Amino acid sequence: MPHVRQTLAPLTDAKLRKLELQANAIRQDLLKMLTQAGSGHSAGPLGMADIFTALYFHVLNHNPRKPEWSERDRLFLSNGHIAPIRYTAMAHAGYFPKSELSTLRQLGSRLQGHPEYRLLPALENTSGPLGDGSPQAVGMAYVGMLEKAPWHVYCCMSDGELAAGITWEAALFAGKHKLHNLTWIIDRNNIQIDGYTEDIMPLEPLHDKFAAFGFTVLEIDGHNIREFVEACDRSKATWETPTVIIAHTIPGKGVSYMEFEPAWHGKPPQQGDELNSALKELRTLNGKIQSEME
Amino acid sequence: MPLVKAAKLSPKIFHKDIAKIPTRNGFGEGLVLAGEADERVMVLCADLTESTRTEAFKRAFPDRFVQLGVSEQSLAAIAAGMALAGRIPFIASYACFSPGRNWEQIRTTACLQEVNVKIAGAHAGVSVGPDGATHQMLEDIALMRVLPNMIVLVPCDAIETRKAVLAAVQHEGPVYIRFAREKTPVFTTDKSPFAIGKAQILNTGSDVAIVACGPLVYEALLAAKELETHGVSAKVINCPSIKPLDEATLIAAAKQCGAVVTVEEAQAAGGLGGAMAELLGSNYPVPIERVGLEDTFGQSGTPDELLEHYKLTAPWIIKAAKRVIKRKLHLY
Ligand SMILES: Cc1ncc(C[n+]2csc(CCOP(=O)(O)OP(=O)(O)O)c2C)c(N)n1
Ligand SMILES: [Mg+2]
Repeated sequence: MPHVRQTLAPLTDAKLRKLELQANAIRQDLLKMLTQAGSGHSAGPLGMADIFTALYFHVLNHNPRKPEWSERDRLFLSNGHIAPIRYTAMAHAGYFPKSELSTLRQLGSRLQGHPEYRLLPALENTSGPLGDGSPQAVGMAYVGMLEKAPWHVYCCMSDGELAAGITWEAALFAGKHKLHNLTWIIDRNNIQIDGYTEDIMPLEPLHDKFAAFGFTVLEIDGHNIREFVEACDRSKATWETPTVIIAHTIPGKGVSYMEFEPAWHGKPPQQGDELNSALKELRTLNGKIQSEME
Repeated sequence: MPLVKAAKLSPKIFHKDIAKIPTRNGFGEGLVLAGEADERVMVLCADLTESTRTEAFKRAFPDRFVQLGVSEQSLAAIAAGMALAGRIPFIASYACFSPGRNWEQIRTTACLQEVNVKIAGAHAGVSVGPDGATHQMLEDIALMRVLPNMIVLVPCDAIETRKAVLAAVQHEGPVYIRFAREKTPVFTTDKSPFAIGKAQILNTGSDVAIVACGPLVYEALLAAKELETHGVSAKVINCPSIKPLDEATLIAAAKQCGAVVTVEEAQAAGGLGGAMAELLGSNYPVPIERVGLEDTFGQSGTPDELLEHYKLTAPWIIKAAKRVIKRKLHLY
């Protein structure tokens, strides 16, 4: 098939509001799921909720009822610990029943603590060990280019994992082969387990680093769905280079007591006050978005 | 049950209220002691300070603590550089990333160069729990054991882990120490003997020798206790030194009992089970049953569920003991 230039459907204001409400609902289910599981990561998944909503409900060319559809866009996840947001978005998109979310991290569940390729269709890759996902997305994009495939390759990554050398080896390769069908999406939330990224292992100037590796670099507010969609659109329209979207996000976004706090990297809210106050905050936000629609 | 006095085990060994502490805590304590005793000791961490228990060392010796972020390959090689400069660096991460990800760096820069790098593999085994297969390291013993010049230690409780850290500092050259995430019974004492290259007989017995490492040694003791009520006399050997093995003690046990069960929270192939099969195959072949992971990955679940699911607990050790005794007696 010839390589046709693709653009995304226009994002109307009405659709944008719908996506914002969807992201809010996804955040609520995400928190309930984490609390029930009793372990798992909160900060990263909440911070990426808007982007995952935009991906599954606007950007990706996919079919949840035919998850293995050969022409689907490929979405890789490199920072596997944020799997809960992917699972929740997938359930909302119709890949599997929402009731299955309650099995997260349990023996025999398809929803493993870190996502496993062989267990759930359309995960594209197993991840958890940081750094291993983005090179796989690069390998997939390389074949996509060889085969002039109609699909695009996206890969969500974290900032903490950019300290892994393997990421930059893959970036060299992507730059060498001008993988224009590849979009890396970086959750630039400035935290990792031991603290703030710039204290642990400084990454700045990140924009310049990626530019030097041959990427088109787009910086966006990761909670502004319109900015994200426009960046994806530009990425699709870019024929000369791979694209990296540096999405500035707030870890724990939507739950004020979690926001910007590295302590929430790897634990769930507890049943009771912690969960209830978080849900309450999200319901209030829901009301605000709805009133904006009127 | 005929516990060996010289092993100086805790008097609370079979009490319900035996203290439970994760082996990783022993690592953290050992590091601080090592840092006090020897100024050359340094700790390098890759964004897992709290869960590898290197926090206390960081507080005590901030200028000897180095944070690298998520870069396990350079973690190993940078440590080798520091060792070449005369320091004794410990590198701490989850075992699946170090020594999992950086095996070649360890092979070349630590082992082939024979320098003083100490590798601490945390969160080993399926008892890591809900994080799932990607984070449950099961192949580290095999990976480290095949490396020339490497010492491989799998301590059984927090106290023994502390001793292993201090022994690692005394040893000139690369050492791997494996430990776990969960709380497990502390059944040895400060007085229990520990040395690189030594196995310790904890319980005398003559029908079968159960050779175990890591926190599952406690399950082996529980199994021996239960076997006694079935009229089976089981010797239990704590074998923290996987490399070098205490060949004399282990071969003597095989000779006396004529049947061996190995127990570990790792792939039995290439692990302690593999090591024992090699040792006895070359020296004194007897039937062996291996309790360990059987060529499979782990998955999410609670630690207890997973130990049961993968057949690593006392009831499964008992079954293995009975099977191996039948084989010894040519009953099947
Ligand atoms: C290779 C590897 N090393 C260490 C870890 C342990 N780990 C899991 S998440 C994480 C923090 C990484 O930072 P980031 O992904 O930015 O965290 P977040 O923003 O989601 O809190 C670490 C060190 C890992 N999963 N993989
Ligand atoms: Mg981060």
